[in-house]
Amino acid sequence: MYSAADLRKGLKVVIDNEPYIVIAFDFSKPGKGQALYRTKLRNMITGLTIDRTYREGETFEPASLEERAMQYLYREDHHYYFMDNETFEQIIISEEALGDAKNFLIENLNVKVLMFRDKAIGVDLPNFVNLRVIKTELWVKGDTSKADYKPATVETGYMLRVPPFVEEGELITLDTRTGEYSTRVKG
Amino acid sequence: MVENWLLASRRKALQQRALIIHGIRQFFIDQGYLEVETPHRIPTPAPESHIDAIPSGSWFLHTSPELCMKRMLAAGYEKIFQICRCWRDGERGSRHVPEFTLLEWYRSSCDYRALMEDCEALIQAVAGSVGLGERIIFYNHEIDLRGPWKRISVKEAFECYAKISMTEALERNLFDEIMVQDIEPKLGLERPTFISDYPAERAAMARLKEADQSVAERFELYIGGLEIANAFSELINPAEQRKRFDLENSIRRSLGKPIYPVPEKFLAELEGMPPSAGIALGVDRLVMVFVNAETIGDVVAFTPEEL
Repeated sequence: MYSAADLRKGLKVVIDNEPYIVIAFDFSKPGKGQALYRTKLRNMITGLTIDRTYREGETFEPASLEERAMQYLYREDHHYYFMDNETFEQIIISEEALGDAKNFLIENLNVKVLMFRDKAIGVDLPNFVNLRVIKTELWVKGDTSKADYKPATVETGYMLRVPPFVEEGELITLDTRTGEYSTRVKG
Repeated sequence: MVENWLLASRRKALQQRALIIHGIRQFFIDQGYLEVETPHRIPTPAPESHIDAIPSGSWFLHTSPELCMKRMLAAGYEKIFQICRCWRDGERGSRHVPEFTLLEWYRSSCDYRALMEDCEALIQAVAGSVGLGERIIFYNHEIDLRGPWKRISVKEAFECYAKISMTEALERNLFDEIMVQDIEPKLGLERPTFISDYPAERAAMARLKEADQSVAERFELYIGGLEIANAFSELINPAEQRKRFDLENSIRRSLGKPIYPVPEKFLAELEGMPPSAGIALGVDRLVMVFVNAETIGDVVAFTPEEL
């Protein structure tokens, strides 16, 4: 168990049966009053932040989160199937829990799945993934009247802006942290 | 040369700090105060529910020099001040270090209102001694140091800034939370503010107000939302003081904290103490205000983590 005096940035605790990470923390003590621990916490499942003030002596269960190496297999409606690389166990993660990560999932992609009490709550992707462009407008060489970027759709259904020279069927690299185009994959 | 960039970057703040301490000393000497030094290591601190002393052998490091300074008042020293290190266990945050510098001064034959005037004069004088004018910038507020400073009672502060009254906050055991979240951040933003007349149970060593025994003659000074000083008219009734120490100790026991022996010599001599008032001012905090520092760590040579 942690006590309020252990609170600090980055600490992961369980509140109302959900894992939270402390993202801001300060100790305060109004003159002659009791010690108060003011925190800003982010729910590690929903991403929502809350402000909470705790008193000395309050206790917290540490949120033990486990990271497991897995491979993305396939999708069925809103369910995404992954396989544990060590145990070959298959797990399902909902579209909601995946958040933006779903935009970058292609079959056989190796990811890290964050588990809380045997439930998958999120996925850590590689920083860069290669995805094929399945739809984009044609670019007329030499046409300078058009904008510097044009819309494109990749194989996961995700839409982004790409430079005008990118063509349908090409493989491009995306930065999963920003969701933006990074470069073309040659060959 | 060892590269300690963080420490080197504090040079300006530490130079200002030295000037501020010099300015404080000059102010009190000019006012006819005697500078005193009382022991840092004492047999027992004053029992207070939420202040924890650090043991030193079978004794303690003092959490404030108040017990010894009041004994000096009782022995006839009428105007005394001290600038010293104090220790409070477990206090670490952006505005707290467990070892910090307190300025305390005590005057006989006056009450807490006289100390408000002292605060104004002292801080204006110190501002001058570090080359600052009547307006300072702190925590993004432009603060006017010219008097008279704002005075507000705790009860009024709840009415102005909180969703519930002081009485309701006490009944619902939310007084401290509301103070920290809703009231403190609003105090002293335009000019320094004295918030006074705390509930009697929030002032273990203060005299109760004659006209209203539910509150004590105690005030706190805030500048830019930061608590700078705590003052009160001294309680000089030994029997009443013993009762309050016992109550504080029983609260400590219920919180699972160590209880402290009652300071018997202090209680015995309290009988002879003239009506007086005393105040503790956080020197580190005052330096924060004058150098516009975001955290207390910016105005000390070393934080505990750097040792």
